[in-house]
Amino acid sequence: MLELSNYISGAFLIIGALFSLTATIGVLRFPDLYTRLHAAAKAGPVGAGFVLLAVAIAAFDAATALRAIVGIAFLILTAPVAAHLLARAAYLTDVPPDTLTKVNDLENERLSAG
Amino acid sequence: MSGQFFLSVSEELALALLALALIFAIVRLIRGPSVADRVVALDLLTTLAISLIGVTALRVGVSLLLDIAVALCLVGFVSTIALARFLLLRHGGRDDSTRPTSVKVGGKD
Repeated sequence: MLELSNYISGAFLIIGALFSLTATIGVLRFPDLYTRLHAAAKAGPVGAGFVLLAVAIAAFDAATALRAIVGIAFLILTAPVAAHLLARAAYLTDVPPDTLTKVNDLENERLSAG
Repeated sequence: MSGQFFLSVSEELALALLALALIFAIVRLIRGPSVADRVVALDLLTTLAISLIGVTALRVGVSLLLDIAVALCLVGFVSTIALARFLLLRHGGRDDSTRPTSVKVGGKD
């Protein structure tokens, strides 16, 4: 049982770290702010979430597991709100989307015009 | 015994991958063409720090470090929101919530 939980926890650690690294490469390589924000918002709930889940599994202690799960819940609650607010603020302050962007629902909303 | 070994190896590997990710995020923080790009990079740095604290808590076996991770999560969220507000205020000189469209919704008619 302890053996199995060690294997599962190690696998989750590697998955979480790999996901964080992938998201960071996305932030480094994507063409404009909005695609970068899309990549960065995934690193929180999935990357750090898997690492905290690994801690919760390996700990074998109710208090530690509860703390890790509270951390995951907090990440899932806050990451979309922060990403949405930052994308809206960036758009309203005239940060241009990439030329490949096809759909733009905020086309008529400008801080300077309205 | 071997499960313990696998766990410690994956802890080392996760630390190495997260360190590489930190370097990439710092490159974006320095290069970011707009202020909003730098805010994204800062938010990502906070997230990576939470992951690093989680791995460290597992390595050294101190569960108090998880409290620090949760607190850092809260601080990162609030700082991202504050920086987004700052971007709006700096650009338009007024808050997003006082724009005419949102005033009309709760207004007199």
